[in-house]
Amino acid sequence: MDWTLVFFFVFALIALGGALYMLNLQKVVHMAVALAFTFFGLAGLYVLLEAEFIAFAQIMVYSGAITILMLYGIMMTRHDAEEAPLRRPVHTALAFIGALGLFGFLFYGIMTTPWPGGSTEPLVEDNVRELGLALFNEYVIPFELAAILLLVALVGAVVLAKREVED
Amino acid sequence: MVNLASYLTVSALLFCLGLFGVLTKRNAVIVLLSIELMLNAVNLNLVAFSKFGAFPGLDGQVLTLFSLTVAAAEASVGLAILITLFRNRGTAEVNEMDMMKR
Repeated sequence: MDWTLVFFFVFALIALGGALYMLNLQKVVHMAVALAFTFFGLAGLYVLLEAEFIAFAQIMVYSGAITILMLYGIMMTRHDAEEAPLRRPVHTALAFIGALGLFGFLFYGIMTTPWPGGSTEPLVEDNVRELGLALFNEYVIPFELAAILLLVALVGAVVLAKREVED
Repeated sequence: MVNLASYLTVSALLFCLGLFGVLTKRNAVIVLLSIELMLNAVNLNLVAFSKFGAFPGLDGQVLTLFSLTVAAAEASVGLAILITLFRNRGTAEVNEMDMMKR
């Protein structure tokens, strides 16, 4: 019994099911919560791919921070907003055809390309340790740039969302 | 045995679902979340190639961490713009944000 396959299907089902629910639910708050499930499923897939640190960063950043941030956004705009049934059938049909066509194109490419067979031995001994060493040795300049980017985004978000003083 | 193609297929499906959400949803918060979904699909691709690619290693995971950072910054700034827009215009629907078309 290959448990990797079972877990792959379970996590892929959670991820895709959450995304499908997001597209079909009516209330906006429910959509945001459905996407939290998608992010959890993706974190499970990351664990299967031996990326434990990324998986837990995914849970903290996406399921934790971004979903809650978006829920705050919904609460601060129109908290009872409902997505009306799609009124523009032509627009929706075109978007559906476009998305389906893109998927068909990608799927054809994935199926016809001879991929390198992955090795079965584990990638590294200690994922978090090796990732930390790579981040602070080889990638230290991009790491610091990412820190500056986060600082700029923080200040920018505060400045943008601050209520203007009435003159 | 789960191979690279299955991960890539899941990622392509997630990307297309996100694209469909971006194109059809009217609430701006949901449009932002759909963009996050597409970024997540890309991250899954990066991590899958980091394990199954021609040169397995940690480089893909490091790139995923950076893309996670940029996605968080994008979400916060996008939401701040959205709240400012809602305060000034009283709408959070993308089809009513047509000030420049008039």
